[in-house]
Amino acid sequence: MGKLRPDAILKAVSKGRGGIFVSHNKLTAENETVRMPDPERVVLPMLQHIGAPCTPTVKKGDSVAVGQVIGDSDKFLSVPIHASVSGTVESVSDVKLANGTTAPAVTIKSDGEMRLFEGLTPPVVNSKEDLIKAVRASGLVGLGGAGFPSFVKLTVSPEKPIDTLIVNAAECEPYITVDYRECIENSWNIMNGVYTLAELYGFKRVIIAVEDNKPQAIKILKGIADKDIDKGNVVRLMALKSRYPQGAEKMMVLSATGRKVPAGGLPSDVGCIVMNVGSVAFVARYLATGKPLISRTVTVSGDCIKNPMNLRVPIGTLMQDIVDFCGGFIKEPVKILSGGPMMGTAITDLGVPLLKSNNALLCFSKKNAGFKPESQCIHCGRCHNACPMGLMPTEIEKYAALKDAETLVSLGTAVCMECGSCAYSCPAGKPLVQHMRLAKSVMREAGKR
Amino acid sequence: MEEEKKLLTVSASPHVKSPATVRGIMLDVIISLIPAVFAGIAVFGGRAAAVIAVSVASCVIFEAIAVKIMKKPMCIGDLSAVITGLLLAFNLPVTIPLWMCVLGSFVAIVVVKQLFGGIGQNFANPAITARIVLLVSFASAMTNFTSPKAFDAVTSATPLSFLGNLDRAGDITAEIMKLVGSGDLPDLFKMFLGVRAGCIGEVCSAALLLGAVYLMVRRVISPIIPCCFIGTVTVMMFALSGGSFYFTVYEVLGGGLLLGAFFMATDYSTSPINKKGKVLFGIGCGIITSVIRLYGSLPEGVSYSILLMNVMCPLIEKFTAPKYFGFIKSKKKKEAA
Repeated sequence: MGKLRPDAILKAVSKGRGGIFVSHNKLTAENETVRMPDPERVVLPMLQHIGAPCTPTVKKGDSVAVGQVIGDSDKFLSVPIHASVSGTVESVSDVKLANGTTAPAVTIKSDGEMRLFEGLTPPVVNSKEDLIKAVRASGLVGLGGAGFPSFVKLTVSPEKPIDTLIVNAAECEPYITVDYRECIENSWNIMNGVYTLAELYGFKRVIIAVEDNKPQAIKILKGIADKDIDKGNVVRLMALKSRYPQGAEKMMVLSATGRKVPAGGLPSDVGCIVMNVGSVAFVARYLATGKPLISRTVTVSGDCIKNPMNLRVPIGTLMQDIVDFCGGFIKEPVKILSGGPMMGTAITDLGVPLLKSNNALLCFSKKNAGFKPESQCIHCGRCHNACPMGLMPTEIEKYAALKDAETLVSLGTAVCMECGSCAYSCPAGKPLVQHMRLAKSVMREAGKR
Repeated sequence: MEEEKKLLTVSASPHVKSPATVRGIMLDVIISLIPAVFAGIAVFGGRAAAVIAVSVASCVIFEAIAVKIMKKPMCIGDLSAVITGLLLAFNLPVTIPLWMCVLGSFVAIVVVKQLFGGIGQNFANPAITARIVLLVSFASAMTNFTSPKAFDAVTSATPLSFLGNLDRAGDITAEIMKLVGSGDLPDLFKMFLGVRAGCIGEVCSAALLLGAVYLMVRRVISPIIPCCFIGTVTVMMFALSGGSFYFTVYEVLGGGLLLGAFFMATDYSTSPINKKGKVLFGIGCGIITSVIRLYGSLPEGVSYSILLMNVMCPLIEKFTAPKYFGFIKSKKKKEAA
């Protein structure tokens, strides 16, 4: 590892299997991130991460300031929620989320002042433990889409030594350009975050992995990494082939290190931490300013949006406000997605708030909404060929229909990450991801019994 | 909200789909078969066109009737019946009575395909099964081969039946040369172009290879099954003929091997999905074909080999089930623990 030439751009170590080539449609790649004016009100659900929901710590009528904690939990797998505007708490009640579930939420009516909470000071970080505590307090979840609390990723047990940090800037989902803009606009933040983490953890190497359809991002980041060669000579840029789902955690670890994360395991089982590039940049910003996660960047795109753009939006802003800011619709949308077209959720209306993990809002007309009439399976095997996990989606579908949980386990259903490569490639238009989810619920039910 | 507002569509991800459709795939297969259609008509004349037309038309009509009776959605638009019709005609001699074509189409579409659940559900290749049913029912009509362009119905044996009569213990290359000299066997160039006796679609190797390349370039079929199939036959023929180059080449080009290997053994529903299974399937087809040709009483064994391996397919898939990502590691870990 020490022999790596510092000026070289690395190539993927391992190719992995499956994957698909899907048109990138990065319409907003050259649009500089715009700061959206603060909305009239924000809705902040208490569950914006994977794990236990928070309990509201404010009540109706309370006055809150930007960055003030308004929800927290004493469970391990949870992160606090902060007010993203200053104003008065209008209500604490259940709201519907983009994925159809309901969660308690705090609605804040903005006073338009964006008054900062007084207790916000940059945290003092001298050790890993300090950092983990600080990252939890910042409310950070993986900004790439899954919403896993970041401090958990950074909590490493001594039995599993970590030698590699992978900064995930692959951004393999079509349309989304927030990570790309982060690389271009906040490259110094990214590097500062990387150096801080590398110093605290003593990583043997840090790999910043970018898909090769973003040469500009690679160039800029490399320019900075090379300048600081004496300070952080473990940081390397890696150009990955643009192939969906390159940015999926397990694929990323395999491409960058050649290591295979065992089924049911985590990257830490093979000595890696994978963090989204936006999350790394946020860590650096938080350590410098003490301002918690109260806004995020989001790509607003799709053929129905008048002005596609990259926006910095306060968390909890309603989707309707975002669409209005982008000039509204030029055609009637039939599908609106929170997230990318491969893994995003289709939402029922624009009344839902933007969560910490939402990286895109895409509005499609019928032409682009991926409608394909379903017909019988022709056993062509494209789904299996496309599956990065080597699963057999059609077999899993069969045993899910039979409710045979044991066979589903042996077929490896649990390793499915629902990337959608199977359903994308299916010529018969079968909703295979839906079947995979059904299969998982069959397994869950059987496990409970 | 105002009532006029249209509701949004909600569905499971992904929200983009590849342009590939079943119809598109089937259209690609039809395109790949067109060179062989023209070659068959060029070699055997207008009657070949009639056989092809009758069998395609009857396949499509039987499919329409069958789904109508079974009250299933009309599916002739997926074009798969057209392929079955083409392949069935390709497997018939040009002299076949046309009513037999219709009977064959009935067996292929109604019995083998629709009664077992339609496209993707058939346990065996419809065209192959129909050919075998016709072969055992009407042995003489099905083996009444004519020499090319000889429409005065000069009966002629296929190259494979000449080869089958040879004594493999002797100097086989010399005997083949003698047959070529006497005009009984066409020379290698004619063999490649298809100027020989045989079934309508199998004779022209050049046309079949052209179609096969198209299918592989379009990624409709994977080259694994054809390569293993043809490779196995080549190796076995070469080894068991005492290393005769000519014998091997005539065996590879002389029967329905190319047609079977590229267009029939690769049928999606009756061949394994995973790579290991494809390899086993191809090798199995090759071994059975070679054994029938060399030691059986029949000169040709491609269709029987594919049918037998079709039936084996579920077993092969079961034993070659691919290991999913991270599987081996987790097993090792358990062992270590």
